[in-house]
Amino acid sequence: MAVMLEDEDRIFTNIYGIHDWGLEGALKRGSWDGTRGLLLKGRDWIINEMKASGLRGRGGAGFPTGLKWSFMPPKQEGRPHYLVVNADESEPGTCKDREILRNDPHHLVEGCLIAGFAMNAEAAFIYVRGEFMRERERLQAAVDQAYEKRLIGKNNIHGYDFDIIVHHGAGAYICGEETALLESLEGKKGQPRLKPPFPANCGLYGCPTTVNNVESIAVAPTILRRGANWFKGFGAENNHGTKLFCVSGHVNQPATFEEAMSIPFKELIDKHCGGIRGGWDNLLAVIPGGSSVPCVPADQILDCPMDFDSLRGLGSGLGTAAVIVMDKSTDIIAAIARLSYFYKHESCGQCTPCREGTGWMWRVMERMARGEAQKKEIDMLFEVSKQVEGHTICALGDAAAWPVQGLIRHFRPVIEQRIDQYTANPKEDAAPLAAAE
Amino acid sequence: MSVRRLHSEQPASFEFSKENLEWAHSVIGRYPEGRQASAVIPLLMRAQEQEGWVTQRAIEYVADMLSMAYIRVLEVATFYTQFQLQPVGRKAHIQVCGTTPCRLRGAGDLIRVCKNKIAEKQFALSEDGNFSWEEVECAGACVNAPMVQISKDTYEDLTPEILEELIEKIGKDEPVAPGSQTGRQGSAPASGPVTLTDPSLYDGSRVKWGLGADMGETEVETAPAAELAPETKSKPEGATPAKAAEKKPAKGKAAKSSAVKAEPAPAVKPAGEGEAPTLLSEPLDGKADNLKEISGIGPKIEQKLNALGVFHFAQIASWSDDNAAFVDGQLAFRGRIAREQWIEQARVLASGQETEFSKRVQAGAVSSSKSGGDA
Repeated sequence: MAVMLEDEDRIFTNIYGIHDWGLEGALKRGSWDGTRGLLLKGRDWIINEMKASGLRGRGGAGFPTGLKWSFMPPKQEGRPHYLVVNADESEPGTCKDREILRNDPHHLVEGCLIAGFAMNAEAAFIYVRGEFMRERERLQAAVDQAYEKRLIGKNNIHGYDFDIIVHHGAGAYICGEETALLESLEGKKGQPRLKPPFPANCGLYGCPTTVNNVESIAVAPTILRRGANWFKGFGAENNHGTKLFCVSGHVNQPATFEEAMSIPFKELIDKHCGGIRGGWDNLLAVIPGGSSVPCVPADQILDCPMDFDSLRGLGSGLGTAAVIVMDKSTDIIAAIARLSYFYKHESCGQCTPCREGTGWMWRVMERMARGEAQKKEIDMLFEVSKQVEGHTICALGDAAAWPVQGLIRHFRPVIEQRIDQYTANPKEDAAPLAAAE
Repeated sequence: MSVRRLHSEQPASFEFSKENLEWAHSVIGRYPEGRQASAVIPLLMRAQEQEGWVTQRAIEYVADMLSMAYIRVLEVATFYTQFQLQPVGRKAHIQVCGTTPCRLRGAGDLIRVCKNKIAEKQFALSEDGNFSWEEVECAGACVNAPMVQISKDTYEDLTPEILEELIEKIGKDEPVAPGSQTGRQGSAPASGPVTLTDPSLYDGSRVKWGLGADMGETEVETAPAAELAPETKSKPEGATPAKAAEKKPAKGKAAKSSAVKAEPAPAVKPAGEGEAPTLLSEPLDGKADNLKEISGIGPKIEQKLNALGVFHFAQIASWSDDNAAFVDGQLAFRGRIAREQWIEQARVLASGQETEFSKRVQAGAVSSSKSGGDA
């Protein structure tokens, strides 16, 4: 099945920052190669080619990118179209877009022009997370280079007037949600909007807008140059292409790298990360797609192809392909409790189930990490997480519930054992046991 | 949600420096007419850079500048956690990432260092007022965990000792280098990149049309809708641009053979270099070894090797570097043999022992090594 991806088929050839990030280096690596020719082939050709390539959005949800581009309504007088690039990469475990922004920014700049052209947009806003200050400076420098060489802007050599504006946030995870991002970009608190209307009809400043992840936009030029069939040649059916993976946690050598979709987990780790710390027998669990997806125990993930559909089959997901590996030294309850704290911290406070639920789940998780709970509370926690899931405007409520559900589904005996341990030997000064809230 | 309020003691006034004011006007000009409120986050951030934290006067100043109600800007300043609403350390405010990926690699120890060296509580100033710290949520450098961010820069791959040293250096105003503190190249594996070692990626040989050029109608393959059957091969047939670029023989080939030995670019050898190993017309005793037990060899590559005349582990085990280079050149493996340690694996297997991988192949656990997986 999956053969290791060859270097010549890697799209991002400077993710480690060894070579020149600037225009000169990017040109040598094949960016901006015949871009004008691509535009001359027309909007429909670009969108069809993107659809045919099978590219699914790289921001986590996996929505087909070409299809998304085709949702933009026909252009009306006085209503500009906008492309918004979501570079608010904040999902714990994820650090792939960072490498594109700081080391290969011209892929993104070129992608913006092409995607913007395809959806008739007059400008792109790139929303970079606030913490990525150096990355933002680098991206801005790349955009400036492109303006200077008249690759973008008014009367550029590609014959399509297009502006790129680099914007940034200030440390709110929720702004990774597309409508919260638009709110933030308009200068408000980043609280998600109710949908419909969808951004394609009423997005930034009330105008038709498409929001795409950095990686989805940055791969577009190469896909169009090499052909949809080339991209479709990688990965299993419905999960095509190459993908940036970032592996963190208890592997011998954490790393970010580009690999073909659907590569089995074990091969991925052995080839790129030097195996699991302490050997394969030491693997406890894996969070395969950033903190929002449920964890998967070691025995289930070993031979699982790393793609959207296979991981969904395990009750988890590919998400952003941020693989968090945990070996047997991990206190899995504490690890998930820390994620619960994260969601409690990042809830925007708009919907009650999420605002109250994330805090409640975190407090119970903290007690469970100490064993200071009753076994019936495990079911109660699961129940409450189900009440948060699906009852909020955006997916943050779901994202907060899933890690907890994954923990209970796979590691219930560990939680019970912890409770037994605590009950047998309680700390004398500990607070009395009671379901506090 | 986190509850954030303005600090109890506020300075009497705020004003952008002349330079910052100029910058602020240019930022406001980026957004469409009437949409100047979009600039609120950049402006507040610049105010924070100027003063060290966001004061009430700064919030009002920015609101006036953008014709926004004070409450709207106050909302923004309290909503986004990157805005510091209280004074921070004069020399450094250390933001330790404490989310799970960093925790797994020891962020808890970094927090202890901060508690010992700076202040017991987050946001509290150290005794000399030079430092403060806080635990932040995922800062997006998980592969280089654990890490801290100080002002604009990240310091990655930390240990408690390195962080202590870092704090001391900053305290003494000594220069510190951002990025990985263990000398790692970005987010590559600690022992060096495994991928992106092919020099032909960087010599310009992949450029086909050039900047601003039109491309001929026939040159890019359009995907015919009918031919979208599932592909399990790594590449579809037909000329892709990279293939076409390889037709320039001198550059492409030379670069390839230098990749074989993982040497830097200048090691230029003519194509087909290397010494042919012993090749057989058919397997000895008519029975070939299952080469797929070598990690890295799948059914496709096994076929290629058989076609070349390689059937046995012992053959591969006996290859010299030159032999490996020859096979590599013949079958365009681009350094796989060395990278995946075929020869070492073959030595183990030829001696009748097993590798971890071969055990799994025999158990049928490796789908990519099953015969006919491609058919």
